[in-house]
Amino acid sequence: MEALFFWVFAVVSVVAGVLVITRRNPVTSALWLVVVMFCLAGLFLLLHGFFLAAAQVIVYAGAIMVLFLFVIMLLNLDDVELGAARPTFVKGLSVALAGGLVLLVVAALLAGRPAPVAQPPAAVATPPAAPAAGEPSFGDPEALARLLFTDYLIPFELASVLLLAAMVGAVVLAKRELRP
Amino acid sequence: MSDALQTGVVWAIQALIILAPGLIPLAIVPGLVYVERRMSAFIQDRIGPNRVGPLGLLQPVADALKFIFKEDIVPPHAHRWLYILAPAFAAVPALCTLAVVPLGHTLHVFGREIALIAADVNVGILVVFGLTSLGVYGIVLAGWASNNKYSLLGGLRSSAQMISYELSLGLSVIGVIMLAGSLRLTDIVMMQDKLNWFVFLQPIGAIVFLIASYAETNRLPFDLPEAETELVAGYHTEYGSMKFALFFLGEYAAMITASALTVTLFFGGWQLPYYLEWSRHLPQLLADLIPPAVFAFKTLFFLFLMIWVRWTFPRFRYDQLMDFGWKVMLPAALLNIAWTAVIILAGWV
Amino acid sequence: MIVPSLEHYLVLSAILFVLGAIGVLTRRNGLIMFMSIELMLNAVNLTLVAYSRHLADMAGHILVFMVMTVAAAEAAVGLAIIWAIFRNRTTVNIDELTLMKG
Repeated sequence: MEALFFWVFAVVSVVAGVLVITRRNPVTSALWLVVVMFCLAGLFLLLHGFFLAAAQVIVYAGAIMVLFLFVIMLLNLDDVELGAARPTFVKGLSVALAGGLVLLVVAALLAGRPAPVAQPPAAVATPPAAPAAGEPSFGDPEALARLLFTDYLIPFELASVLLLAAMVGAVVLAKRELRP
Repeated sequence: MSDALQTGVVWAIQALIILAPGLIPLAIVPGLVYVERRMSAFIQDRIGPNRVGPLGLLQPVADALKFIFKEDIVPPHAHRWLYILAPAFAAVPALCTLAVVPLGHTLHVFGREIALIAADVNVGILVVFGLTSLGVYGIVLAGWASNNKYSLLGGLRSSAQMISYELSLGLSVIGVIMLAGSLRLTDIVMMQDKLNWFVFLQPIGAIVFLIASYAETNRLPFDLPEAETELVAGYHTEYGSMKFALFFLGEYAAMITASALTVTLFFGGWQLPYYLEWSRHLPQLLADLIPPAVFAFKTLFFLFLMIWVRWTFPRFRYDQLMDFGWKVMLPAALLNIAWTAVIILAGWV
Repeated sequence: MIVPSLEHYLVLSAILFVLGAIGVLTRRNGLIMFMSIELMLNAVNLTLVAYSRHLADMAGHILVFMVMTVAAAEAAVGLAIIWAIFRNRTTVNIDELTLMKG
């Protein structure tokens, strides 16, 4: 059952990803990106990242992409990209390089796999060692929160300062100049 | 009864519970429309629908038939697919949210316990917030896809309002999460046993949540973006027949969801004071059916409150609305979090 | 149906990353380039979560949390910049933003 979900999410996310980068209309691109976000949220769920799946939907699909859509709609762009398109040579080269990169990753993974013996490769679906009694299990928000407020407290505080800076910066940049 | 038949009945009941979050709003919405029109009539000292059927009770049926038979138009130069999909984006998240809300305690059938909740996820509240933020898409896309400047402006205003109040909505719930120690909605309801309703421990949070939920569902006094006298009709100017009915359905379903959440988070959910103690003396079937009835009654009360508020208060102007959301609600929600932290650390809870 | 293991998630993440990279290299619309960058960030998130599950270490989730935060901040500021550029030059076609060209 999990395998079925994985393949569905994987295929849909790749197809939607291709559609994101090929559509002319930015609004259509943005909506296909939302589809990708959703598929990724589903994949996070399969990987037992419960809090992250919810955060992906709330933050990425629910806030960042809405912001994108706002800006695209307010800019009211033309569909057609004006001017000459990039030369086909550049497009072809970038696709070839990208394809090469994927092949490199696949080759690296195949080379690193142990020689096929009687046992199957460790599936990601195998649960890790059972947690101690009273400890939150893997992927629980409580486990994440525990780490966030003890070991990773400084990054947490820095992230909040970063968000403050981004908020101030965005307001300043988007403000119209006040006439004296 | 044979074993297979028993298993079959249990499966059927569980399937019904899973479908319930989608079916319950669909069933209540017609009644809600009728109640709204009647109540608004009584508040405005007139009679309301009383022609169609006894006491006008078949009015929603007449409305539905009208919507079905109206001509279905797609405006010229509108973005066809987005125009058709936008009402679905508005309606579906509202219908899905009830899946994580506990509608009752448990149901004992043939010696087995069935929990009266469709999906008892351990991040229940986050699922609710995720679905709420998805509701914005329907409005933004409807405004843009209609190819109409009034729709676009109305859509942008409405979605800006929704995302502003989403912040206060989320922050007001953090106090509840701190008190309950869990994101799971069943835990939150179970923590409100005896007389521990969170509204008594968190009055500011409850008020902020209530007001923010009115803003989220675009109900008066926050319904400037869709009022008939402003911007024509806002983002659903170009919508007619079933697509408009779907928007309407989405809005009322969102109302039901918001009321259900208010009840679950602050007013004890399906709990009555000391219910778990005195329910042991009752026959099992009665003890099982009381929680859903209590939950339904409380939710209906808050729906009644929403309708009452709509026809009592005047509308906020848009800049007043945004000022209120950012300058009053947000600090109030933050103060609530600080206050909750203080009372938890001081051991008063 | 093949049960997915760590390698499957990594290859999927590589494909998404590479799609984002192609988007950045071939499109000239500033907004679509930005979206391709977000796609790349998401692909990296997927890698982190997959490894976190494989090694049973929650630190991966923390890093994803930080990446999401940075991406949100970056989206806000980046879109404000694009907005400011559009206000001045009424275009988001990056080939036409050559003011500083030598």
